[in-house]
Amino acid sequence: MADITKEYKTISQIAGPLVYVKNTDPVGYKEMVNVRLSDGSIRRGQVLDTSDDIVVIQVFEGTTGIDRDASVRFLGDTMKMPVSRDMIGRILSGSGEPLDGGARIVPEKELDIEGGAINPWARDSPSDFIQTGISTIDGMNTLVRGQKLPIFSQSGLPHNEMALQIARQAKVRGENEEFAVVFIAMGITNEEKQMFMKEFERTGALKSAVVFLNLADDPAVERTLTPRLGLTTAEYMAFDLGMQVLVIMTDVTNYCEALRQIGAARDEVPGRRGYPGYMYTDLAQLYERAGRIKGKKGSITQIPILTMPSGDITHPIPDLSGYITEGQIVLSMELHRAGIYPPVNVSSSLSRLMGGGTGAGKTREDHKNVSDQLYASYAEGKDLRGLVAIVGKDSLSAKDRKLLDFADIFEDRIVRQGIDEDRSIEETLDIAWEIFTELDLDQLTRISRKYLEKYLPKK
Amino acid sequence: MSTEGVIYRVAGPVVTATGISPKMYDVVHVGNEQLMGEVIKIVGDYSIIQVYEDTSGIKPGEPVTNTGKPLSVELGPGLLTSVYDGIQRPLPVLREKMGDFIYRGVSAPGLDHAKKWDFVPAVKVGDTVTAGQVLGTVQEGPMVHKIMVPVSIEKGKVESILPGSFTVDETIALIDGKEVSMIQYWPVRVPRPVAEKYQPDVPLITGLRVLDTMFPLAKGGAAAIPGAFGTGKTVTQQSLAKFSDADIVVYIGCGERGNEMTEVLTEFPELDDPRTGEKLMKRTVLIANTSNLPVAAREASVYTGMTIAEYFRDMGYNVALMADSTSRWAEAMREISSRLEEMPGEEGYPAYLAGRLSEFYERACRAKALCGDDGSISVIGAVSPPGGDLSEPVTQNTLRIVRVFWALDTKLRERRHFPTINWLTSYTMYDKQLLQWYKDNVAEDFPTLRAWAMGILQKESELQEVVQMVGSDSLPDEQKVTLEVAKMIREIFLQQNAYDEVDMYCPIQRQYVMMSLIRKYSDLADKALAAGVQVDKIATLPVKTRFNQAKYEKTIDEELKAVSEDMDKQFAELGV
Repeated sequence: MADITKEYKTISQIAGPLVYVKNTDPVGYKEMVNVRLSDGSIRRGQVLDTSDDIVVIQVFEGTTGIDRDASVRFLGDTMKMPVSRDMIGRILSGSGEPLDGGARIVPEKELDIEGGAINPWARDSPSDFIQTGISTIDGMNTLVRGQKLPIFSQSGLPHNEMALQIARQAKVRGENEEFAVVFIAMGITNEEKQMFMKEFERTGALKSAVVFLNLADDPAVERTLTPRLGLTTAEYMAFDLGMQVLVIMTDVTNYCEALRQIGAARDEVPGRRGYPGYMYTDLAQLYERAGRIKGKKGSITQIPILTMPSGDITHPIPDLSGYITEGQIVLSMELHRAGIYPPVNVSSSLSRLMGGGTGAGKTREDHKNVSDQLYASYAEGKDLRGLVAIVGKDSLSAKDRKLLDFADIFEDRIVRQGIDEDRSIEETLDIAWEIFTELDLDQLTRISRKYLEKYLPKK
Repeated sequence: MSTEGVIYRVAGPVVTATGISPKMYDVVHVGNEQLMGEVIKIVGDYSIIQVYEDTSGIKPGEPVTNTGKPLSVELGPGLLTSVYDGIQRPLPVLREKMGDFIYRGVSAPGLDHAKKWDFVPAVKVGDTVTAGQVLGTVQEGPMVHKIMVPVSIEKGKVESILPGSFTVDETIALIDGKEVSMIQYWPVRVPRPVAEKYQPDVPLITGLRVLDTMFPLAKGGAAAIPGAFGTGKTVTQQSLAKFSDADIVVYIGCGERGNEMTEVLTEFPELDDPRTGEKLMKRTVLIANTSNLPVAAREASVYTGMTIAEYFRDMGYNVALMADSTSRWAEAMREISSRLEEMPGEEGYPAYLAGRLSEFYERACRAKALCGDDGSISVIGAVSPPGGDLSEPVTQNTLRIVRVFWALDTKLRERRHFPTINWLTSYTMYDKQLLQWYKDNVAEDFPTLRAWAMGILQKESELQEVVQMVGSDSLPDEQKVTLEVAKMIREIFLQQNAYDEVDMYCPIQRQYVMMSLIRKYSDLADKALAAGVQVDKIATLPVKTRFNQAKYEKTIDEELKAVSEDMDKQFAELGV
């Protein structure tokens, strides 16, 4: 161990968020650092590159005001996160300090924020349903424990409202299950912060949540740490305390912008659109912390939220995310303009792990059939909208007209719901059955006869 | 030569050391925790090392030891059924040693060194043996594991060899005074030698109609499957692993999802193997280096898998190697290259990307192994192009090397057409080489039948353009029939349900029967038209529904015969 009381006054260069220090004793890679300014204030940082000749430090809070007279102290250890059960119900800053005026967290344990990778051999396959209370997710893009299912949104869409609604409503079925939400906000505005804090307290959702808020004007480096702090907390709650943890991260796009900013400051060779070449690995290190482990009770499920720049799904952020996550929920500007909340575009949404978490014993026996039928009929109805624009409604056959109407009814009854409306999966499926009565029996080809007999309301 | 040195610099997974004088690609142990790394650059006294584990907290001044050997894998009995990370550490052993998460500083040998195997000699004392020759065999599950003379012994006389139960380290034979055990070490970046490479002329039969009939891959060839996320790359890879007629399957999960790997890890041990009657896992080696494991190990994982595949090829087996995904491998190269501050090529990838890709795919081959038998490695590489854009460097450089291209298509997925392999953009360049095999083993007219089907599909796409403008009613009758036949090819033949018990695997003979039936329908329809029958009557014959359903029937072969008879009958009723 290096002498952690020793202070160096050998800063040779300062550039962007980076401070270069000469002539040090051996310093560890990723070691934590305190930089003391001439006015006595302390900035924290981390070692990015270490050698016998020079040590490069990334300062979290930025380098404004640092001069070559500042002194540098190496703390001898990598970044650790104090964790405790008492964190539940707290609102913390992006670097883990209390924002709610409450007491400091007394740690039960200190954990490395990078965490380890779950051994693929130790993983258990995700197969238990999580109810979000939102029909388009529960009914058609079911979320299961251990899954990572992002929401692809755009600026101007109500993804934050949706995030809050999910945080408030999400629950696991089954008794003796402890459920908790870790809410990680990255690069949000001060206004959004006020909204999040108020909403969490107003709705009582805070009771079973830990909230991390990194603000838009907080330094970029802190933004890259916030999700790691949150996920370390989630791992502690899931795998030490045995809780079912839902992690909601918003907005991953801000996180990636921070990565790009830091990469550029470090003179790194950029990859696509200036984002660093290691962004896939970096995102994977966040997303892959979701999962279940054989023989452990708890689980981590993630809903990362990202805004697609100008709605482009091939942009590197949604694209790389899509390659790592198990599906995506896509929000649509058209639905939003039509006044439909939540504006989920089911056609381009997908949950890859839905199969394992639905059906008899998980949700309800008819779930899969109902979902397939909703998808198929809505798709046909939507296709017909295009046709109607050209040839007019009159030239459609009676059956096609029913499908056309079905698409509207679907958007109105299944997609649209209140911001405080918490639908159980049974309610969602029942609404689906109600709207199936708008179609003819021979149009319900995806549903097996026995479910039709059992569930289809008699006209 | 000095083997002990110290760390000079640490920057992420790249560590610089002084005081060791290594050869390129020597394996070194870095720091007090002895992390494993590989020398990738030498500048004066400075050795630049890529470390396979997390380097947080490692300091300059900590020791570095050179092992003097390049990154190698252990080859021998016990490979089958194994699940490794990218540098051949068995994941179940790692879990025993350090729990559910992978932390650094733990090593574990690739093979079980305590387990005993029953060795049966195949040569006698006094025999002269050469490199690669089979010394004897070990029964490993359903497979015969051949123990070969190490390549380092060019030629020699067997001085002693004994049957019995041995661990992989115990001596089983003496050749010219050299002790030979069942384990071999082989550097992963060096291809294992073969006696002679052949032109591949036997197809890898997969039971997928669109592949076997339309776009076959030769045993010993290489194929690429590019596709945007959600097009079913992984499902296709897994189908191939399950059903292809390879003897050994090596599946490399390179930088992919953990939960997806879990699916493979839980599904494969449960899958019944139609060839051996046991579980498929018994002739499979899995490499699971998920996206969050260290990037340098990801870079190594494809070489580890390939070396294991070559070892089985050398026994005279046909090996199928799946790499999912080669794009993640290329990204690992890019990441390390950028840490080395190398001059970047296209999109930040290193300039040697094309070279590395071709070196890898070139290790696929059909060859006479040193043991005298023929073996092969067929490589199927998934490519994940960003944004589904096929013009990006990894896809383009891959396509320059591989001769089979299976294009996955998002539109087909939306139309629920599975497998989503697009018949217009996919291609195979092995069709001519495989011609003879199909003639000899399936039917003389198989190649003409295939060409006919391709022609119909091509014509359909041209007609579709017309239909979109003027509607199908305005087409002449024979073109309407063409569309009808093309639809049958698409729906009956090309679509295949991976989850249906009967349809999931279609033997090549049956593929021929099905296609012949479609041809028969087409010919009869032409005749009917010539005889003045209306198109609607031809298109609505009940036999089509029966044909459509036939592929899901347990008695499918009888059912197809019945379809053929129905066809005759119903066309006869139309007066043909």
